[in-house]
Amino acid sequence: MQTAEIRIEHLFKSYQNIVALNDINLEIRQGELFGFIGPDGAGKTTLFRILSSLMIPDKGKASMMGLDVVANYKEIRKKIGYMPGRFSLYQDLTVEENLRFFAGVHGASIEDNYHLIKDIYSQIEPFKDRPSGKLSGGMKQKLALSCALIHRPKVLLLDEPTTGVDAVSRQEFWAMLKKLREAGLTILVSTPYMDEASLCDRVALIQKGTIMDVATPDSMIAQFGFPLISVRSSKMNLLLDDLKSLAETKMAYRFGDAVHGIMELDNKKMLIEALLNKGHEKIECETITPTIEDCFLLLMQTKDE
Amino acid sequence: MRIIFYILQKEFRQIFRDKVMLPIILVMPMVQLLILSYTATFELKNTRISIIDHDRSQTSRDLVSKFSGSSFFSLISYESTYERGMEMIKEGKTDQLLIIEPGLEKKLGRGEKAGVMLITNAINGSAASLMNAYASSIVSDFNKLLVAETMPGIHSSGSLKTETRHWYNPRLNYQTYMVPGILVLLVTLIGMFLSGMNIVKEKELGTIEQINVTPIKKYQFMIGKLLPFWIIALFELLVGLVIARLVFGIAVEGSVALLIGTASVYLLVVLGIGILVSTVTDTMQQAMFISWFFIVIFILMSGLFTPVESMPLWAQRVNSLNPVAYFIQINRMIMLKGSGFNDISEHFYALVVYAIVMLTIAVSRYRKVA
Repeated sequence: MQTAEIRIEHLFKSYQNIVALNDINLEIRQGELFGFIGPDGAGKTTLFRILSSLMIPDKGKASMMGLDVVANYKEIRKKIGYMPGRFSLYQDLTVEENLRFFAGVHGASIEDNYHLIKDIYSQIEPFKDRPSGKLSGGMKQKLALSCALIHRPKVLLLDEPTTGVDAVSRQEFWAMLKKLREAGLTILVSTPYMDEASLCDRVALIQKGTIMDVATPDSMIAQFGFPLISVRSSKMNLLLDDLKSLAETKMAYRFGDAVHGIMELDNKKMLIEALLNKGHEKIECETITPTIEDCFLLLMQTKDE
Repeated sequence: MRIIFYILQKEFRQIFRDKVMLPIILVMPMVQLLILSYTATFELKNTRISIIDHDRSQTSRDLVSKFSGSSFFSLISYESTYERGMEMIKEGKTDQLLIIEPGLEKKLGRGEKAGVMLITNAINGSAASLMNAYASSIVSDFNKLLVAETMPGIHSSGSLKTETRHWYNPRLNYQTYMVPGILVLLVTLIGMFLSGMNIVKEKELGTIEQINVTPIKKYQFMIGKLLPFWIIALFELLVGLVIARLVFGIAVEGSVALLIGTASVYLLVVLGIGILVSTVTDTMQQAMFISWFFIVIFILMSGLFTPVESMPLWAQRVNSLNPVAYFIQINRMIMLKGSGFNDISEHFYALVVYAIVMLTIAVSRYRKVA
């Protein structure tokens, strides 16, 4: 049986009168690639800062590797790698100097742990004499990840590592995370991009400081519970309101260039007829498998009710 | 120890890589020393004086010649009326008026009292009192001379004569007095501003986040932050002493080792204040203004420009909290008087206590968690 590597119990944190975390409970197993999915301001960064011992919670407990994040923060800092959302390396130091510095202050050496970062660092090694401030966004992330890994941490906390990074670099980044997980690291990653959820072992959907659901991406989609349709028509500007006005529509929203409708009944014929009556033409309508974003929006709606 | 080494290495790399800051740190203080030492002077030369001579006699001409012959005064003009003279002062063309009343010579000849009037532009109070003192002494010398000429018998009886010697600065050279003080000013500015800006800069850039999550201990971090500026400031003090010797001909009378020793304690105080400012602020702008506030008060109250003894009593008490005042006194004592440790020990221990208090507060105020 696997014990929980990270255990969060009834965690609360507020800033003045804004509640950032509201009763968070969570267990994360050793070796998991765990995603926190939620919009900006959902409380992801606050949670990461508490876990990395940079902030003290108002109430509740959190422990990592059996160590309390408040009482044993010194031990924890030796065992975690943290990558803040904002690029926090020294921009006036070169790539190599940054890596050596962070290895040095952890009492580690690049040579001993090179195998850990080899795949990642080898991509930026040609630029090792360049000041880190002059790297591209994707390369900065790779360097930051290298610096977070150089002391051989057991848990990796990555706060929005792919925000503001181009699509190709994002893909590469996730591929690297998969590899690291295979090496046995527990990885916590937060992201506002819903499409990245499916790349995690398990995800927590987080909104306004509360966790709405925790599950594997597949089971989250399997538990969606309602037929989901994607509709397009000749009058896209009216489509959303017309779809919402139908009695059998539970919820409707724009999704890319189509409109998604979460329906009470799976009856496309009736739906197309109803839309024809409202003057829509060229109606394309298909039942689709929900994405994590659909799950998120449905959960948000049910929460509000 | 190795962790401190890595932090130091990083700090020095950052300092020496900054192409804007490096010249400011190294060149600016030297330029300030050279400029301020020549310009921060209260010596009066060439006070402009205008004469209104209503008497026009041999005696009045003799008096005027005493003024024109003095190196402190340069005779600008003769004016015919009091109004014309005031006009000159208003227009800023002259600093002082000497008005000689009509019938001066006759009155003196009859053994009556006669008078002259001095009018001084006193917008700059300290300069005005100096001008007055110079002018009055010329008039009173002239008076003695008159008495001796007209009544030789009286003068021959005994009178007190003052002989003045100026010790430690025999030629009353203002640079000798100012250079040690300005040296203190420079190391204070460098120490306080650099250390005050440093940690808050890491806060602003967000790099502190990554540092805080490492197992670096507070004291290691603080030493890593303090030591580079401590070394730089001491280095600048040494360069300043060399400039004082070569340019101004001011050699350190006392022990250089003692001077450096007290300077290194003093710098801990200054750096401690800087670090404290840095830990309680969130932006470089806040840190800048707070540091500036303290530096201006410390320096103006330090006795660098005006003697502490002439400040009101409450200000003198406040000054016992002013590290700059302590070190300016120590520095002048060692550099000019050649004082030894026993002479400065009281000030020295005050600085030691101050350093311990400031550093303790700074380290305890620095939090690695929010």
